[in-house]
Amino acid sequence: MSHAVEAARPAQTSAWHMYRAMVSVGVVCGLLIVGVFQATLPIIERNKAEALRSAIFHVLPDATTSTTFRFDESGGFSVVKGESAGMPQVYAGYDDDHQLVGLAVEAQGMGYQDVIRLIYGYSFVDETIIGIQVLDSKETPGLGDKIENDPEFLANFERLDVSLGEDPSALARAIVPVRHGNKTHPWEVDGITGATISSKAIASILDGSAQYWVPRIRRNLEALQGGE
Amino acid sequence: MAASTKSSTDDFIKGLWKENPVFVQVLGMCPALAVSNSARNALAMGLATAFVLVMSNVVVSSLRHFIPKEVRIATYILVIATFVTLVDYVIQAISLDLYKALGAFISLIVVNCLILGRAEAFASKNTVARSTLDGLGMGIGFAFALFSIGAVREIFGAGSLFGTQLFHDRFQDWVVMILPSGGFFTLAAWLLLFNWVKQRRTKTQGDSTLALSEGAAR
Amino acid sequence: MNQESLWSILINASLVNNFVLAYFLGICPFLGVSSKLDTATRMGGAVTFVMLVSSICAFGIQAVLVAIDAPYLKLISFIAVIASTVQLVEMFIKKFSPTLFRALGIFLPLITTNCAILGLALFQTNKGYSFVQCIVYALGAGAGFTLALVLMAGLREKLELAEVPDVTKGTAMALMLAGLLSVTFMGFGGLGG
Repeated sequence: MSHAVEAARPAQTSAWHMYRAMVSVGVVCGLLIVGVFQATLPIIERNKAEALRSAIFHVLPDATTSTTFRFDESGGFSVVKGESAGMPQVYAGYDDDHQLVGLAVEAQGMGYQDVIRLIYGYSFVDETIIGIQVLDSKETPGLGDKIENDPEFLANFERLDVSLGEDPSALARAIVPVRHGNKTHPWEVDGITGATISSKAIASILDGSAQYWVPRIRRNLEALQGGE
Repeated sequence: MAASTKSSTDDFIKGLWKENPVFVQVLGMCPALAVSNSARNALAMGLATAFVLVMSNVVVSSLRHFIPKEVRIATYILVIATFVTLVDYVIQAISLDLYKALGAFISLIVVNCLILGRAEAFASKNTVARSTLDGLGMGIGFAFALFSIGAVREIFGAGSLFGTQLFHDRFQDWVVMILPSGGFFTLAAWLLLFNWVKQRRTKTQGDSTLALSEGAAR
Repeated sequence: MNQESLWSILINASLVNNFVLAYFLGICPFLGVSSKLDTATRMGGAVTFVMLVSSICAFGIQAVLVAIDAPYLKLISFIAVIASTVQLVEMFIKKFSPTLFRALGIFLPLITTNCAILGLALFQTNKGYSFVQCIVYALGAGAGFTLALVLMAGLREKLELAEVPDVTKGTAMALMLAGLLSVTFMGFGGLGG
């Protein structure tokens, strides 16, 4: 009889001990995480904003300030104040005289190894893409990763033609990749020998994005020029 | 007194060589190999893991009488996950570049068998002081092992170390080293070296023991 | 919003970016598990199933976390869910198929610390996959994992009968094999594009 009573007591205490341990550890851990999160949040946001700005100014070299625009089919472009609100959005670049220099657009798509993320600069005056910067890529080092730095390849994007055709809802001619050395038209992308698929990926990412954005940007130029 | 000092330095030293987590115990490589393709990434990953290991050892050890054994694994994982989350945010704040390179693998430190293993095997049964030393030893041993893999991969795969070019322009990069297969081969090569050294040691020890016993017999 | 096609995701997860041979995830069972073909297939199946369930749960959790704006709880919640899923799967199998349970033995609890499952949850969250994309991703990853495991087990079975230098016996040999397999799988590059 006494044995049964003694055996019952430790079991009861044990359950309470279990809850106590887990809950208290859980609470302390939670506080720690939230604390560090709040402390690092401003630093992280600042870093991200800086990285984005440097990318925007890299592809729009004449711009000195930038405004973010959100887009929806019915309302057109509207300014996004403060933090970015997620896609779809574009970044308008203005020079010192508050004139619209061009727009920077982020795009992504499947490369050889994994998804490639890039940003490109569009100049509406020339109707061309004036520069790209690869933001994120896992292409083969030494081969595919040439898309990031190879000067010959990047020269493709200094005046890549993206003018609109008769029908202003699409590009006159799609951006197409060609084999290395075979570029004859300004809307072609000269590929990199040994990195065919990565080069093609860049062309197709740009084409997909430009087909969507260029007509919409041109239709709403005033809204974009006014922002700032 | 002498015996206890010996055991505390031993706690630290064993993690570096004799019981090195990667080369001897072959533990905890999983999440780390993927980001060991350059010396910088490997070292950062190794140190991040070491940090989590030490902190979790300290916490587990100080709470070892407080946590009932039925919920110990769950609590250990909770503690480890907390520190990993911390490290994740701290790295993001320090260097966005490094964070992009390491990516989701920082979070994967939480399933590194090494950390849970040490918590269970050592920290839950020893004092905070000894657990800290154990964590430090194992952590540094792990970081060192990861660094040696990363350094080899970077030197042969990109001809550089920490970004500075080492070789002449005409050096043909062994691209395979930067690729995942290179990780496997490099780890295999280091393990081979370790095994070979161990074999030779036991052989010479065996020879000398043999000689001793023969001498004693005479 | 991720715009990858389902086919591309499937090929990618199972072949091009194979979880074991490209990301080094799930190596513990890969190297430690006995080199029997039979066990490998069963382990692969169990992992695929857990991956599927975890993927769905992770998708749900991420949605909740975004709604309550607590992104820092991601890791802890994922781990908790994975551990519970494995427990549930174990109880489920034990009840409905004791033979399968006995066959899997110790592997089931081992899956909890399998980096591949957590890796899957983290990757799909980072890529922002939709629900259907998550399912396809999990199936592809599981299939790829099983494939790698089966290939490895088959090769090791043969190796048992071959004469290899003492120094290489064990893990070193397994790693070299894995390296060679990894190189082979590189041939799938570009398939998902």
